[in-house]
Amino acid sequence: MDIRYYIFLSIALFVTGIIGVLTRRNAIVIFMCIELMLNAVNLLLVAFSKMHYKALAATNPTAGTDGQLFVFFIMVVAAAEVSVGLAIIVMLYRNTRSVDINFLNRLKH
Amino acid sequence: MKNLIALIPLLPLAGFLINGLGRNFLSKGLVSIIGSGTVLGSFIISCMLFSRGEFSSVPYKYFDFINVGTLHIPFAFQIDQLSTLFLLIITGVGFLIHVYSTAYMHEENRGHFGRYFAYLNLFVFSMLLLVMGANYLIMFIGWEGVGLCSYLLIGYWFKNIDYTKAAKKAFVMNRIGDLGFLLALFWMLQRFGTLSYHELFSANGIIASLHTLDTTDIVGITLLLFVGATGKSAQIPLYTWLPDAMAGPTPVSALIHAATMVTAGIYMIARSNILYNLAPSTLTVIAYVGGATALLAATIAVKQNDIKKVLAYSTVSQLGYMFLALGTGAYVAGVFHVMTHAFFKALLFLGSGSVIHAMSGQQDIRFMGGLRKKLKITYLTFLIGCIAIAGIPPFSGFFSKDAILLSAFEHEKFLWVVGLLTAALTAFYMFRLLFVTFNGSFRGTEEQRHHVHESPAAMTIPLIVLAILSIVGGFVGVPEVFAEGGERLAAFLSPVIAQHHGNVEHAGVSHGTELALMAGTTILALLAIGFAWFRYRNYREEQNGAFGKVLENKWYVDELYDSVIVKPLNGLGRFADVFIERSGIDALVNGVGRAVNYGGRQLRWLQSGQVGSYVLLMVISMVLFFVMEFFLKK
Amino acid sequence: MGITEILFWILAVASIGSALMVVTSKNPIFSVIWLIVTFFTISGHYILLNAQFLAVVNIIVYAGAIMVLFLFVIMLMNLDKNTEVQKGRWMRLIGAVAGGCLLLVLVAGLRSTEARATQLGTGDIGLIQNLGRVLFTEYVVPFELSSVLFLTAMVGAVVIGKRDQTGRAAVATAAATTAGTLEAE
Repeated sequence: MDIRYYIFLSIALFVTGIIGVLTRRNAIVIFMCIELMLNAVNLLLVAFSKMHYKALAATNPTAGTDGQLFVFFIMVVAAAEVSVGLAIIVMLYRNTRSVDINFLNRLKH
Repeated sequence: MKNLIALIPLLPLAGFLINGLGRNFLSKGLVSIIGSGTVLGSFIISCMLFSRGEFSSVPYKYFDFINVGTLHIPFAFQIDQLSTLFLLIITGVGFLIHVYSTAYMHEENRGHFGRYFAYLNLFVFSMLLLVMGANYLIMFIGWEGVGLCSYLLIGYWFKNIDYTKAAKKAFVMNRIGDLGFLLALFWMLQRFGTLSYHELFSANGIIASLHTLDTTDIVGITLLLFVGATGKSAQIPLYTWLPDAMAGPTPVSALIHAATMVTAGIYMIARSNILYNLAPSTLTVIAYVGGATALLAATIAVKQNDIKKVLAYSTVSQLGYMFLALGTGAYVAGVFHVMTHAFFKALLFLGSGSVIHAMSGQQDIRFMGGLRKKLKITYLTFLIGCIAIAGIPPFSGFFSKDAILLSAFEHEKFLWVVGLLTAALTAFYMFRLLFVTFNGSFRGTEEQRHHVHESPAAMTIPLIVLAILSIVGGFVGVPEVFAEGGERLAAFLSPVIAQHHGNVEHAGVSHGTELALMAGTTILALLAIGFAWFRYRNYREEQNGAFGKVLENKWYVDELYDSVIVKPLNGLGRFADVFIERSGIDALVNGVGRAVNYGGRQLRWLQSGQVGSYVLLMVISMVLFFVMEFFLKK
Repeated sequence: MGITEILFWILAVASIGSALMVVTSKNPIFSVIWLIVTFFTISGHYILLNAQFLAVVNIIVYAGAIMVLFLFVIMLMNLDKNTEVQKGRWMRLIGAVAGGCLLLVLVAGLRSTEARATQLGTGDIGLIQNLGRVLFTEYVVPFELSSVLFLTAMVGAVVIGKRDQTGRAAVATAAATTAGTLEAE
């Protein structure tokens, strides 16, 4: 399977996430779009890891393992990020009764 | 020898430092002794130098003053006949005036008294530097130094705003002249590469190898030097500061604004005589400027009522005489007149100071009169001064003035007529001053009548010494027509001042003509004195005619300068202020500020604080970055 | 075209379509559900690539824990209605155009990369046995550090939720507790 198909698929998923971030105002949806972007990257990492394995398996039986472990760590970090991020969103909701990110314009002051 | 010479200027410098730093705790007596003693020391050393007679045009080098690239200017002194003569005049007259000042300034409080003597010593130091320097740069240092001291001493009573203004006027006008001097120095450096007199003027020096007359360089340099001289020596058009300079204490007027500093221009031109001989056109300019100044100032002096103003215009007039002499090539006569003038003008100023002292500060001669009886010594010495300046034989003024007139006669008849007219006017206004002040009846207040008294010995002794010098000072330059082996001064100065250019003493004027001219001059002066006696013996208030008013207002020259130079400059300044500064530069500066402000206000919308817009900008810049990375990178 | 290629294309279309549904659904609940679908398709891709461990973890952690957490928060805050204020039409258009530009630029830029093949179906590095060996030998320090990261995240979530002392911190506590369960996994 040509690696470029995986690249284009990942780009499509990633850009979909970006468009979501740009067009939506709901903080939770934006957060989900970010998760989508992370998954696009994960997919690409796994595809690359298998590409390397196919090319180098003869000399190195563990070639490409790093890529898959990276995906594992990305999932770990994403989980931690989600727990903190959702706590922040809850805080936001409690203070403003809304999860509209346009209320988050405190950076102006 | 070398160290002894260095001591001459160092003594007054030491006096300046001691008096200036210690003015608040040294007693007045100590200040007087230090101030006068240092100058006396310099005078004694100068006399020693003179009596030894070891004159040389080779400079005594002390250290390198400027040593940059090809420019080497040593700090060096040159002791030749000309500078020795000036040394004697400066330290001698300077010492007498210091002594006189101890009494004249006695009423000043301690700090100011010390300040006065510090300035006076600094002045003597600068003046000595000016005449002793072995190159034009050292002369320029002294030149600026005396200008500074002149400013400080004119504004000595700095609480009086008019005096301060007079000091500023003197300073600014001197600066104009100094600029000319400085430009001349640059030109000389550029053209000749040296400023040293020895390298320039000695028999096998740079100037001696030039033969062409009136080249652009020589005329330019000499004219610029002359501009410097007009500033310092108060010639047209820069003379108006000198009468105003009378705001200073009277001894200062005597020393700086009559006897020594104002003759710096004469010294400079006499020093550069070899250069000037190569520029006859400059000499013509000098002669005419000098003649015009002499006549103009003499006419103004006729109608002045302030005793010091009369003497100030008389000084301007006499300086014009000296430039007339220089311009006709009679350098020796010019220097001779500097010497005699130093004696009798210092005498007259000190005499007027004595009168002012007696009259409790009154300077207007209309409120004096009849002082002859009460101020006997002052009267007698003043009379001697007047006779000397009027040119009656055998007083000193006669010989020097006659040498100048003879040179003018031989050189250009018109200038001779101007000189003759000036001589008659001089005799007239000086004796008008004498008669109005000392003859007739007393016109002051009762209080002043009781107060009038002869000055103390410290003031009268310098007067007497100067009077004697005024009488006998002329004998050093007795012309050959009276005595075999005359012209001692010309012979003395001959190593420094070249004699080949139209000098009167060896000129084609026969002894008979010379005697006739002298007789004519003397008779004219006597007639003027007689007229003054007839008119002013018993002075009464008189109405001025229209011409008299013009003279009394000094030909409105100050007003002319005001409207021709000061007002247009003010206008230009206002124009620059309103149009260039405010609408131009300010608008530009404010415009920059406003543009930044406006730009900031517009760019502020980018910084909305909305996270969404930041992300959008981030994505857009990512797109741009990728475009650059993928497609634009070669 | 073998079965794996056919499966790849089906999964690719499904994942892009469901991702687009995540972005375009007005109701956040639908977004969450479509995102879970996306995660399942991505797990399908992992299985195609013979990365079975990651496929399983993806489903458990993402589709299971994280998305449940999202759902939980949305429902707690009653955000399940179409209450979201939409961005202005122009802003949405600009956002879509900017994203489209990025897509075009990336695809155009990477179109001409070297055509190298990746391995589908076979290859056993994705098996838990191989990954585990590497993880607990070479990557044991990052692994332990990730547990510290979880602890920190847990404490952070509690602190953020407890900022308000009035006791109305039920939601935050719930979030923190869920994070704790994640750690336990």
